[in-house]
Amino acid sequence: MSTDTEPMDLSRDGNDVGTLGDRLARYIFFACAFVTVATTLAIIVVLVDGAFDFFSQVSLVEFFTETNWSPRAADDPSFGVLPLVWGTLMITVGAALIAIPVGTLTAIYLSEYADPRVRKVAKPTLEILAGIPTIVYGFFAISFITPILQSASGQIWFIPVPDTFNAAAGAIVVGIMIIPMVSSISEDAMSAVPDSLRNAAYGLGATKFEVSTQVVLPASLSGIMAAYILAISRAIGETMAVTLAAGALPQMTSNPFEEIQTMTAYMVEIGTGDASVGSIGYQSLFAIGLTLFVMTFLMNVFSMWIRSRYREEYQ
Amino acid sequence: MSTQTADEADEFEFDESAVKRKRQLGKVFLGLCFAATMVGVVALIALLYDVVSEAWGWLTWEFLTYPPSQVVEHYNPANYGDLPTGPGGMYPMIVGSIYLIILTAIFTLFLGVGAAIYLEEYAPDSLLTRFIEANISNLAGVPSIVYGLLGLAVFVRAMQTGASLIAGALTLTLLILPIVIVQSQESLRAVPDSMRQASYGAGATKWQTIRNVVLPEAVPGIMTGIILSLSRAIGETAPILMVGAATTLFAPPSLTDPSGPFGAMPMQIFEWAKLPEENFQHVAAAGIVVLLTLLLLMNAVAIYIRNKYDPRG
Repeated sequence: MSTDTEPMDLSRDGNDVGTLGDRLARYIFFACAFVTVATTLAIIVVLVDGAFDFFSQVSLVEFFTETNWSPRAADDPSFGVLPLVWGTLMITVGAALIAIPVGTLTAIYLSEYADPRVRKVAKPTLEILAGIPTIVYGFFAISFITPILQSASGQIWFIPVPDTFNAAAGAIVVGIMIIPMVSSISEDAMSAVPDSLRNAAYGLGATKFEVSTQVVLPASLSGIMAAYILAISRAIGETMAVTLAAGALPQMTSNPFEEIQTMTAYMVEIGTGDASVGSIGYQSLFAIGLTLFVMTFLMNVFSMWIRSRYREEYQ
Repeated sequence: MSTQTADEADEFEFDESAVKRKRQLGKVFLGLCFAATMVGVVALIALLYDVVSEAWGWLTWEFLTYPPSQVVEHYNPANYGDLPTGPGGMYPMIVGSIYLIILTAIFTLFLGVGAAIYLEEYAPDSLLTRFIEANISNLAGVPSIVYGLLGLAVFVRAMQTGASLIAGALTLTLLILPIVIVQSQESLRAVPDSMRQASYGAGATKWQTIRNVVLPEAVPGIMTGIILSLSRAIGETAPILMVGAATTLFAPPSLTDPSGPFGAMPMQIFEWAKLPEENFQHVAAAGIVVLLTLLLLMNAVAIYIRNKYDPRG
């Protein structure tokens, strides 16, 4: 593929030759590829259709401005999505506060400092972290992180007594979960920076620290930003870990040691319950799902745009 | 003239302490970077230690071979002797997960490899092709619970499969399809063009070339990609939860009639982990150990295939 001259097309593509299978193959494979487009269309249709039913009963203004979410209250149900968005935001910000510094420094270490032998062990180890099911992280949060926070609350003054389910434990495990995402994409971007740039800086008398932070980091910034956005988008959509760790109480609190509910956790709550088709609970599933989809979709597109817009070509 | 030389002398004067400070700063930074790398490693060790220590003593042969129970005492190996109902376990869920993966593997194999063949071998460099590829990388970023909603609305409701094995497998297929396609594309791209040219030169048609030359060469890479994606699918909880995977199911689902209710390991682990009784934590941990062992086995197979057939590593 990397030859300079385009190889001649000998495939007899345009000719009507071979068996029926030869001629049909293209269309069969196209159908397979088209399944992905159909999936996207189906997601949009399903979410919009369900959300439409929901918004025919609940006004958009109420949905986006009310601060109380109790859709299944028998008397006077309330449909303000803000507490759920707030919960998701708390988890996401907390996770980003952990994963962004840790992931970036890990990437710098692996790309600039690490001995090849260390890298050979450290990289797959971090990849294991990415392969562990999220339900396991949820279990880890309630059986390990929350007890640690509970015992720390007596010793460290700024930690109040956490609830059994709390946003902090959820944010910590989601943060751990997305470290490999930040570190591996950032490391790829840093490794793509050509050595000539590093050597030029060394020639000017820069130290390794200066080369890493003032040459490599800026040169790979677009890749690093894309990694951050992808990781944050992943944290927004994270479901099982936050459902187990952060609880099911939609409220807008500024205390990360209190119970909250994220958008995804609410969807699990309805999904495991018996919301009958057509009920407002069932319809709210699609309204929340659409909100979630739009948020992550915008971030993914933004991340792709950054990568293509600012990618420095070092070929 | 004389002032200039004085300036130059100043400029080249060596400030030892500044160099020392820089060196120290460099060391501190290296220390920080190393510590950050260790955060991930330590977290992994803590997680594995936590799960194994909680599961210790609760993971027995009976746990693998008996259906679940509502009563936590039934899972405790100390009580096995005097239980009229038999011990509690996760047998139906283990079988359910394996069936789910078999069906998902079949669907992904055809759809994923087919789509990759189209995009790599057939697709013209057109707007539509670029749209399909952009769409695939976008789908990879859609939260898994949204796929669950899709499965619920399309397979369970619209196609009326009910909360069945087939609905779960189809949902998981759509979920991992983007990853499988991208990885299969990479394997196909790694097949040198000279091999295709040689095949065409011998008079083969395009489909014959793909079938007899390109695919055999790319199969190890494709298999590795599919197995790794399946190991992601087997641990996914949110999609099968939305589709309606059952809990406390007493018999494994039927592979020949995949329209009945099904259970799967991650769903059952979620149910156990939610329960307030403290001992259910041990049961959940035992379930996690089984799940992680299965994941480990699948990854080992994938790595084995990669090392055995792919000299490029």
